[in-house]
Amino acid sequence: MSNDFNAIEITPELIAEHGITEEEREVLMNIMGRMPTYTELGIFSVMWSEHCSYKSSRFWLKTLPTEGPQVICGPGENAGVVDIGDGQAAIFKMESHNHPSYIEPYQGAATGVGGIMRDVFTMGARPIANLNALRFGSPDHPKTRHLVSGVVAGIGGYGNCMGVPTVGGETTFHPSYNGNILVNAMTIGLANADKIFYSKASGIGNPVVYVGSKTGRDGIHGATMASAEFDDNSDEKRPTVQVGDPFAEKLLLEACLELMAGDSIISIQDMGAAGLTSSSVEMADKGEVGIELWLDKVPMREEGMTPYELMLSESQERMLMVLKPGREEEARKIFEKWELDFAVIGTVTDTRHLVLKWDGEVVGDIPVPPLVDASPMYERPWEPTPKAVEIDAASVAAPSSLTGALKQMIGSPNMASKRWIWEQYDHLVMGETIQSPGGDAAVVRIPGKTKGIATSSDCNPVYVKADPIEGGKQAVAECWRNITATGAKPLAITNNMNFGNPERPNIMGQFVGAIKGMSEACIALDFPVVSGNVSLYNETKGEGILPTPVIGGIGVIADVAKSMNMALKNADEELVLIGETKGHMGSTLYLREIEGREEGTPPVVDLAVERRNGDFIRDLIDAGLVSACHDLSDGGLACAVTDMAMAGKLGATLSLTDSGLGNHVALFAEDQGRYLLSTANADKILEKAAASGVPATIVGKTGGDALTLGDGDAISLAELVDAHEGWLPNYMAQEA
Amino acid sequence: MKAKVYITLKNGVLDPQGKAIEHALGALDFGGVNEVRQGKMIELDIAESDEAKAKSQIEAMCEKLLANTVIENYAIELIG
Amino acid sequence: MKSAVILFPGTNRENDAIAALEQASGSKPQLVWHGETELPKVDLIMIPGGFSYGDYLRSGAMAGKSPVMRAVADQAKAGVSIIGVCNGFQILTETHLLPGALMRNAHLKFICKRAALKIENAETRFTSKYDAGQVVKYPVAHHDGNYFADSETLDRLEGEGRVALRYCDDDGVVAPETNLNGSQRNIAGILNEKGNVLGMMPHPENAIDPLHGGIDGRGLFSSMVEALS
Repeated sequence: MSNDFNAIEITPELIAEHGITEEEREVLMNIMGRMPTYTELGIFSVMWSEHCSYKSSRFWLKTLPTEGPQVICGPGENAGVVDIGDGQAAIFKMESHNHPSYIEPYQGAATGVGGIMRDVFTMGARPIANLNALRFGSPDHPKTRHLVSGVVAGIGGYGNCMGVPTVGGETTFHPSYNGNILVNAMTIGLANADKIFYSKASGIGNPVVYVGSKTGRDGIHGATMASAEFDDNSDEKRPTVQVGDPFAEKLLLEACLELMAGDSIISIQDMGAAGLTSSSVEMADKGEVGIELWLDKVPMREEGMTPYELMLSESQERMLMVLKPGREEEARKIFEKWELDFAVIGTVTDTRHLVLKWDGEVVGDIPVPPLVDASPMYERPWEPTPKAVEIDAASVAAPSSLTGALKQMIGSPNMASKRWIWEQYDHLVMGETIQSPGGDAAVVRIPGKTKGIATSSDCNPVYVKADPIEGGKQAVAECWRNITATGAKPLAITNNMNFGNPERPNIMGQFVGAIKGMSEACIALDFPVVSGNVSLYNETKGEGILPTPVIGGIGVIADVAKSMNMALKNADEELVLIGETKGHMGSTLYLREIEGREEGTPPVVDLAVERRNGDFIRDLIDAGLVSACHDLSDGGLACAVTDMAMAGKLGATLSLTDSGLGNHVALFAEDQGRYLLSTANADKILEKAAASGVPATIVGKTGGDALTLGDGDAISLAELVDAHEGWLPNYMAQEA
Repeated sequence: MKAKVYITLKNGVLDPQGKAIEHALGALDFGGVNEVRQGKMIELDIAESDEAKAKSQIEAMCEKLLANTVIENYAIELIG
Repeated sequence: MKSAVILFPGTNRENDAIAALEQASGSKPQLVWHGETELPKVDLIMIPGGFSYGDYLRSGAMAGKSPVMRAVADQAKAGVSIIGVCNGFQILTETHLLPGALMRNAHLKFICKRAALKIENAETRFTSKYDAGQVVKYPVAHHDGNYFADSETLDRLEGEGRVALRYCDDDGVVAPETNLNGSQRNIAGILNEKGNVLGMMPHPENAIDPLHGGIDGRGLFSSMVEALS
């Protein structure tokens, strides 16, 4: 196998530089029975990287509940597929682009959005909604403003051009993300349930086809970079960041959907991380076939590209397909109409080998099953997270002014309005956005139907750090609750597990705990995991991020006209609190913002109660008994009623009765499984609640232009809105 | 023949991007920057080897597509 | 009213436009691909929003030079009604069917929100269902909506009643604070000399369903149906 391309001598050092451990090198040598060529080494390196192999997380991911009558396809394909009735399916997934976004925020975030949309449309779905879960460092950190500005512009730049509405997400700040921000992008697509496309190749002799943009030297070793810890040199890694071309992707989307309307495609796979390598290996492995690639036929953007570079390039906006024999011309016509590259670059074989040729000469030959099966899987040592201190609510001092504390909390970086961000996203294109960003969950209507999809992304990393099991449970429950608050029935989730270095037992312990908590919640709430992504080694100079398992959920509502939002609509309505307030103050927003303490056990989610209360809320909304509904989360009852008042531009009064907790505890505690309703039918609701054993209490009234907490402690809505809406634009307007 | 086309905003047309750069330079303590105007540069590699012909060809390109003469000026630089 | 919608590579609000036209006129518009040199015989041609050719070079620049736009220009001369929304407005200025240009928003950011707009001229085929001075709300969603023209052109537009819409507040006050993208004189939409070509940045097609939060956009489409049927 002599070839100039592989003239590079393979030394143990070179192998180590490719991120392959000594143990893994042994396995590699056994598989190959000889020294690998340079090209082959590159392939092993990316396939066995954390990013592609999930070597640290796979063992635990397999324990997640992934099944249910609503699940058409769970984890393992490009995205999860869920039945939404009427022969239609929702296809969705969330994926991280953390490290690239830190190095080059605009392009990193943009290509993250592009990648996740490709994951969805490669399965035959038209993307109908995007969400983004973003975590930045402290607002005081010198890089934060630049990162916020670049990431938001990048997400908008890509999503807006694609014509897919960005309808939701979340943005928070914490010093643990100072050197390692999180950019998690989620896409939901719509397809016919009987027309889903998978990656499994078949048909010996069938053509392997390359479509989309040309291949350049983008992001070579991006997949390995995305799994390496950051150090002070990472600012120099810029050249490996890919550049996105949303226009090319828009054309690719339209061309793929046009081709998919026919029946010429056998298998299709997007070229994401590790590009041509992972797509071809995955197709061959799933189909139990071999694939031969003629690399000199790959459309190239630059001169003098080598097989190594072609196999490892992460150039964006490309797809690999296996077509039925003789259908090449039909497909070519469609891609040429959309002015995209189209090339037959290989064929399906029966060898179960990935064979790479250049001008007919073999430059690489790897048996696929061992490459995949022997891909490392570690059961890394882990230690359980030590129990956090219990915070006795009675020990938490009352603030000098309840409304003063409230104003400070709703104007704090994490609670402040993110309007400055989502107004840079086209959240209305397609004309089906029923509930816009800023609410509990976004709702998008299915074209031509009355039904819609409700979607939300959630995680409270402070809870997860304090207790990974409870925090993992809470993230799932909160997502379920947000979807429920719109009246929709939650269906399934995607998870994006962002953690530090798994080789540290305490970090691995956080991961394991979160998985356990999530599993419990998913089972109890019938809310299975259908897709997901893991991002590890999120740390800088040995300091890990807060453990951040982000949950992206979807639900279905039969009639979007009945969907509920949080805005107060009518004066003189009763405010009814559903769920029980025990006064949990540990790890709360109040403790952090007012007392400057980030500590204490997080609230416990009683999953049976969660489900009972949520099912009750959904019934009330469906029965038309409610005019506004909001779930209680960060900042408890007081922040919830403030959100509702600000959204509806209508004041409210909370009557504080002596609950024995202290007013500040009653107002700011973060007990779970609670909702606040505005209603003209309070009697009926209390009656139904009593019959169902659901705690329900009238806690106040709507009306006026101020928010009043108890006897006379009032603050004007205008003042609250200023604090809430003002923080982010003012922050971004300051100089770095 | 290779050529570079420089496209700039006409005088009197507000350039918000240039203003933002000017502002940022000030914030980075670069004093004495009186004004910043942002434009774009387009590189062309054309078959025509005659300078005069090349220039008139590129002028036509600018008028028709490369520049929007309502708001932009252009300058052409031929490089051998 | 028979209508056609022009499609370029990168157009993305065509379905929104089709839905609005169909709702108002009862019939589906014909779709015309950018490479076409002839247009079907219709009463209205709509150029919808999006990012034609990725907005590369300048928004609307490359679409403006496409074969179909030469045909659109001929139709405009012949008096056929033409409406360009958002990227459509940018394309119409690039083809010089409308004066001026649309530059990067003054605050440099993309902006998507429901905007208050003052109907400046209600005696056009596009706005007859509204009252002069009426405030309507349509969403905007653009990066390059900052309208520029020299002062002579602006004076002429105003003098000839060719400013169709301006950015204002909920009470119809037109002021620098209500100018969401830096447009000269708060201009959001303009007409050509003959009054048969309208270009506007806001999206009336995204304000036609009560579930969108308002139906103010319907007036524009029903005005056209009344004038052109």
